[in-house]
Amino acid sequence: MSDSSAHSYWKANIRLVLSLLFVWFFISFGCGILFVDALDTVRFGGFKLGFWIAQQGSIFVFVALILFYIRAMDKLDAKYTLESSDESDAASQENS
Amino acid sequence: MSVQIWTYIFVALSFSLYIGIAIWSRAGSTKEFYVAGGGVPPLANGMATAADWMSAASFISMAGLISFLGRDGTFYLMGWTGGYVLLALLLAPYLRKFGKFTVPDFIGDRYYSQTARLIAVFCAISVSFVYVCGQMQGAGIVFSRFLEVDFTTGVLIGMAIVFFYAVLGGMKGITYTQVAQYCVLIFAFMVPAIFISIMMTGQAVPQIGFGSELTEAYGGGYLLDRLDGLSEQLGFATYTEGQRSTQDVFFITAALMFGTAGLPHVIIRFFTVPNVRDARKSAGYALVFIAILYTTAPAVAAFARTNLINTVSNAEYEMMPEWFSKWEDTGLITFDDKNNDGIIQYVGDPETNELNVNRDIMVLANPEIAELPAWVIALVVAGALAAALSTAAGLLLVISTSVAHDMLKRTFMPQITEKQELACARISIFVAVLIAGYYGINAPAYVAQVVAFAFGLAAASFFPAIVLGIFQKRMNKEGAIAGMVVGFTLTAAYIIYFKIINPTADSADNWWFGISPEGIGSLGTVANLVVALIVARFTPEPPAEVQEIVENIRLPGEAIPR
Repeated sequence: MSDSSAHSYWKANIRLVLSLLFVWFFISFGCGILFVDALDTVRFGGFKLGFWIAQQGSIFVFVALILFYIRAMDKLDAKYTLESSDESDAASQENS
Repeated sequence: MSVQIWTYIFVALSFSLYIGIAIWSRAGSTKEFYVAGGGVPPLANGMATAADWMSAASFISMAGLISFLGRDGTFYLMGWTGGYVLLALLLAPYLRKFGKFTVPDFIGDRYYSQTARLIAVFCAISVSFVYVCGQMQGAGIVFSRFLEVDFTTGVLIGMAIVFFYAVLGGMKGITYTQVAQYCVLIFAFMVPAIFISIMMTGQAVPQIGFGSELTEAYGGGYLLDRLDGLSEQLGFATYTEGQRSTQDVFFITAALMFGTAGLPHVIIRFFTVPNVRDARKSAGYALVFIAILYTTAPAVAAFARTNLINTVSNAEYEMMPEWFSKWEDTGLITFDDKNNDGIIQYVGDPETNELNVNRDIMVLANPEIAELPAWVIALVVAGALAAALSTAAGLLLVISTSVAHDMLKRTFMPQITEKQELACARISIFVAVLIAGYYGINAPAYVAQVVAFAFGLAAASFFPAIVLGIFQKRMNKEGAIAGMVVGFTLTAAYIIYFKIINPTADSADNWWFGISPEGIGSLGTVANLVVALIVARFTPEPPAEVQEIVENIRLPGEAIPR
């Protein structure tokens, strides 16, 4: 794999991780802890919203984040390994 | 059939299953002993990780603690699941790609230093020891109540079982036993939860029952409103409102999350899968399997609390059901009839309150309080033991690999043969079991609290060192060592001061920034990061070949061969 494609793979990876971590922080520390009292004024069913996010909702979001990450990384890996195998094909043809 | 007989049947059946698996999968090589040969499929690894992860604290204590803490109990729920996001995104795939056996292996090789390796060994062993004591204590509670032996004998029985299959099978035996243990524990947790949810709310899914209306028999109205009402009436804190300060909850949650991502016995599970993609996948499976229990736990907490209050409050002591007196025998429920009226006053005010219920027994007592059939109660016992033993086994393995692999093979006695290394690993498990058992019998705090300290220590030592090792190519051994030492020392000193040296000072007035000892790990993590980055700036950069390793972990595709 060439240096530049390794570099852009790593950058894409970092971008993905950071955006997922942003959601992670916002839901857990944000909605579950810092703004929990404000969200508690909203009710649905027998739950106060803030309380529900803190005790259940956040966990569902965590699961969704990891599942999204697995799929996104599979795609990213496929894209870059394909590119690098194209490059090595081209290189071996030049040699022959 | 009585609860006692059902308990013996379930415990005997599940134990023979574990032992059977251990014999079938015994380890022949060090690679099998340390990482199960590196060939565990991601689904199985996900289950094993979940069982490894969900300890006596998750199974026995957590719902009980939440039912007494109300909304404040949130930090256990979010902290112990949110850490998996960090683990899956920041650590698991890279560590698998790095392709070694243990966490000190990574630290030692990435930071090209035997000192760093030994510090990591020290941290791994201390964290695992603190944690394993909590498990032993949990197993002891279960044995003493349901097999009606005393607490010490209970701990000894637990030790003997774990010792047997950890020594025989190593990681391979542990992994496949943990898969079985996951099935036992999740079944055991869900069955009573579903039963109680149907009884109280008519909803079969406890997660939904949590927010539903109570049935006529329970007085109608939403469960949580009812619980808030009962709490206020009796002078307890309102269930859905927080009592702790926001910053304390914030820091405890952070400490548990960073700790989750830094616990060596969880991290090494990702060395057992065949490749990087499977490492990511198994982190996903693991969290799904964990979330099943963790989203049920707050519902169980609310059901249990409501039921407990309904059953005992203003009831005549003489009319209490059988479970009440059995828990009284173990000393985990105490009733002191202060005004001699023969009626239980269970209220928030400590002056007039007559009933004390140990938080650790709520999950175990819950099915009895709800008057579920005997076999369900026995099932919960088997589940609790599965949870305690699976985690204890994982932790003991970390201790033994740290001693045999990192300390002896990689540091002091590189010339020993594989056979000798394997023997050392087995001997160190034996010693570890003895020490853990001793501290399990003489432990200081509630199970979940003991465990919370292990998290603080893991958070403050490993998490930053590993993350920096992957994401900061410039990070060198001086920075990493300084960071780990500062983080670990700070956290340990704070906890030891408030919990052992001066427990009377353990109140919000004396804490730094209002952070309780449970939450100090997050401050330790930050201290570790800051110190590491500053020291690394003023010391030479790591050698070229180490920087190349870091480059390599960042490439897509498969692991570097071991």
